Amino acid sequence: MSEITLKEMSRKPDALICGGRLCAGCDETIVVRQVMKATRGPTIVTSATGCLEVSTSIFPYTSWEVPWMHCAFENVAALASGIEATIKAMHKKKEGPLAKYPTVDVISFAGDGGTYDIGLQALSGAIERGHDFTYVLIDNEAYMNTGIQRSGGTPFGASTTTSPAGKVILGKTETKKPIDEIIIAHGTPYVATINTAWPLDVMKKARKAIEVDGPTFLHSLAPCSRGWRFPPEKTVEIGRLATQTCVFPLFECRQEKGKPVYELSAPSLAIAKRPENKKPIEAYLEQQGRYRHFFRPARKEALLKELQESIDTRWQILCEKAGV
Amino acid sequence: MVAKQKIVGLNGDEASAYATKQVDPDVVAAYPITPQTIIVERFSEYVADGLVGSEFVAVESEHSALSACVGASAAGARAFTATAANGLALMWEILYIAAGLRQPIVMAVANRCLGGPINIHNDHSDAMGARDSGWIQLFCENSQEVYDASVEAWRIAEHADIQMPVMVNFDGFTISHTMENVYILEDADVKKFVGKRIYMKTEGPKGEVEFKLDPDTPISIGPLDLQDFYFEHKVQQMEAMKGSLKAIKAVDKEFEKITGRKLEYVYPYKMDDAEVAVVGLGSAMGTVREVVDELRAEGVKAGMVKMRLFRPFPVEDLKNAIGNVPVLGVMEKAYSIGGPGAPLYEEVKTVLYDLPKRPFVADYINGLGGKDTSPEMIRDVFKSLQRIKERGAVLEPVSYVGVRE
Ligand SMILES: Cc1ncc(C[n+]2csc(CCOP(=O)(O)OP(=O)(O)O)c2C)c(N)n1
Ligand code: SF4
Ligand SMILES: [Mg+2]
Repeated sequence: MSEITLKEMSRKPDALICGGRLCAGCDETIVVRQVMKATRGPTIVTSATGCLEVSTSIFPYTSWEVPWMHCAFENVAALASGIEATIKAMHKKKEGPLAKYPTVDVISFAGDGGTYDIGLQALSGAIERGHDFTYVLIDNEAYMNTGIQRSGGTPFGASTTTSPAGKVILGKTETKKPIDEIIIAHGTPYVATINTAWPLDVMKKARKAIEVDGPTFLHSLAPCSRGWRFPPEKTVEIGRLATQTCVFPLFECRQEKGKPVYELSAPSLAIAKRPENKKPIEAYLEQQGRYRHFFRPARKEALLKELQESIDTRWQILCEKAGV
Repeated sequence: MVAKQKIVGLNGDEASAYATKQVDPDVVAAYPITPQTIIVERFSEYVADGLVGSEFVAVESEHSALSACVGASAAGARAFTATAANGLALMWEILYIAAGLRQPIVMAVANRCLGGPINIHNDHSDAMGARDSGWIQLFCENSQEVYDASVEAWRIAEHADIQMPVMVNFDGFTISHTMENVYILEDADVKKFVGKRIYMKTEGPKGEVEFKLDPDTPISIGPLDLQDFYFEHKVQQMEAMKGSLKAIKAVDKEFEKITGRKLEYVYPYKMDDAEVAVVGLGSAMGTVREVVDELRAEGVKAGMVKMRLFRPFPVEDLKNAIGNVPVLGVMEKAYSIGGPGAPLYEEVKTVLYDLPKRPFVADYINGLGGKDTSPEMIRDVFKSLQRIKERGAVLEPVSYVGVRE
C-alpha cells in the first residue's frame, strides 16, 4: 500500500469544490473530500440519488472536478458495474477512450437509503460479481433528501418523520441492519468503517480500498444537523462521540484465505485497551434532538439501559472478532 | 457493392446473438427471461469460447442490466442488453434515464405479454409500455429482419444526429424460437459497417468535449435538472427523435449497399388499388400477406401495410403507404385498458385525422398472451372491413379477434 501523509493530501486539489447546496455543517461533503483526497489516479465517481447528488450537480453547474455520474436511487452499484466492465473491456481490447489510462478507479457514493434498503440488491450483485470498485456508504441514518424518513440504517429509538416519537411509540422500534456484517459475509476483500473526525484514518482506509482488487466497502457515519437535530458546528464533535461511545466503532476487515480478519482502528483500539475511556451513550444521545424523547419530559431509564446494553454487546462481539 | 453473405439457419434469438457477436460490443449486461434467454446463453458461450472481447456482466436483475449498460455507455462503451416482458417492465425507470441521458444502447426485446396472470407467450404489451420513453423502436417480421436490425441498430443509435437508445423488437417464440434461413455478413464487413463509436459533443466547464466519462475531460452526467432546464432538455429529445427520421433513412441506404436488402419504415403491399387494408407490426404481418394474396385471388381488393419503425412514428411514410384506401383495420397485439383503443390504433387515427379524405379505421386486438392469429381470423378481419365499406360506417371501433364468448 502506498503511504499517505497529511501534508501531501493538503496539497492535492479537491475533487468536490465549492458551490454545493448542502446544509451548513453537512458531513457528506467532508466524507467525499477526505475519500477523494486518497485517489491514486484517474477516477470516475458515481452517486446514488440523495442529498449529495441533488446538492452538487444542479444543472448547469457542478461541483465535481472529476468525471461524475448519477443515474438513479437504487442502482449506483449496477451503474458502477457497467463502468468497471467498460474499463476492463477497453484494457483487454486495447481500444476505446479509457484504454490509455493504466488504471481508472471507480468510486460510488450512496446514502443509507440507497444502501441498506432500495439499493441492497444491486450492491449485493455487484459485490458477488467481484467488480473492482469502492463503495462508500454515507450513513446519516435516514432518508434525508426527502425529509428525514426512517431507513434500515436508522437506529433503534431515533425519531424520524416516518418513525416519529409519539405518545405511545418512542421513535423507531426496530434496530439498525448490520450492514458491515452483511457486506463482509459476501467475502468482500476489504471493508472498513470511517469517521471524518479522524481524517488521516479516512484517507488511509480510502487509499487501501481503492488499491485492493475487487469490491471494497467504506462505511462512514455522517452526522446530519438537519435530521439529527443539532447545531451545524457540532458535526465533527458528534461524529467523534459516536466512536468514543462505541456506537460506531472504527475497524477494518480484510479476507485471508477465505476468512474475515478484523482489526480495530486506533481510536477504537485505544478504548478496547482502556475500557474506562469508553463514554456512556448518553453523551452521544443527549446532544441530538432525534433522541430528545429519551430525556424529556422524563428520563427513560429503562430505554437508556436497554440501549447501552445492546451497544455494549455489539462492541464486545466486535472486540472478540478483532481478538482484543 | 454488395458484400459476400452466407445462409445459415438461425432463430430470432440466435440471429440477435450472432449479430451482436459480430459487432463485439464492449459490455453486455443481461438477465435471463423467456423467450429472450437464448440470447444471453449464446452470448455467454461466445464469451466462454473467447470469440468476443466483450465483458459479460451477469447481473442480478434487469433493472441492474440496463443500469450497467447506462454506466458502460456513459463510460464510452458500446453496451448491449436483451430482455422481454416483466424484465422490460422492471427496467421502466431506467428506460427513461437511458434515453434522457442520450445513451446509444442497443436492446433486443423478444416481445412477450406482461403478467398478470403470468404467461410467457407473445404480444406487444411489453414494447408498448416503452413507447413514450425515448427509445427508437424497430419491429421485425422474421429472423432476417432481426439480424439486419441487430447490426444496423448501432449505426442508428450512434448517428451524430440521433444519439439515442434503440430497441429491436421481435415476437417471442414465433420469431425468437423459430429457425429460419438468414443471410449473414462476414465479421469484417459487420465491423466495417458499424465502425467505431461516435460520441455526442457537449459543453464542458472548459469548452467543448465528448459526452462521456473521461478523466481527461471531466463532466457531470445525470445532474439535477430543474424547472429552468428540464423542459428544454425534453424538447431537445423530442425534436431529436423527430429528426432521426431523416438520419435513419441514410443508415438504411448504407445498409442496403452492403446487403442488397432495401429497408423501409413501412412496407405497403398491394395498396395501389386496395379497398380494404390492414396495418400492423411484427410476425403476424407475414400471415396477413398470405391472406391478402388469397383474397386477391378471390377478387377482393385487399392490401396491407407493415410497419418496421414504430418510434419515431413514420408519419409521412405511413400516410403515403395508406394512400386512398377507404377502409383500414389496425391489427395489434396490445391494449390500453380504459383507453379509446389500443396504442397503434390511437396513433394511426391521429395521423390520419387531418387528411382531407380520411379512411374509416377500426381496431382489431388480436393474439394477446400468444393466442394464435390464424389465417381464418385474418379473413374475418377483412370481412369486417368489407362490411364497414358496404355500410359506410364503423359500428364497432374496437374488437377482439378470435376470443371465445
Ligand atoms: C425509486 C425511487 N424511490 C424514491 C425516490 C425518492 N428519494 C430520493 S432520495 C431519497 C432518500 C435518500 O436517502 P439516503 O439514501 O439515505 O440519502 P441521503 O439523502 O440521506 O444522503 C428518496 C426516498 C427516488 N428518487 N427513487
Ligand atoms: S439534510 Fe443532512 S445530509 Fe442532507 S444536506 Fe442537510 S445536513 Fe447534509
Ligand atoms: Mg441518508
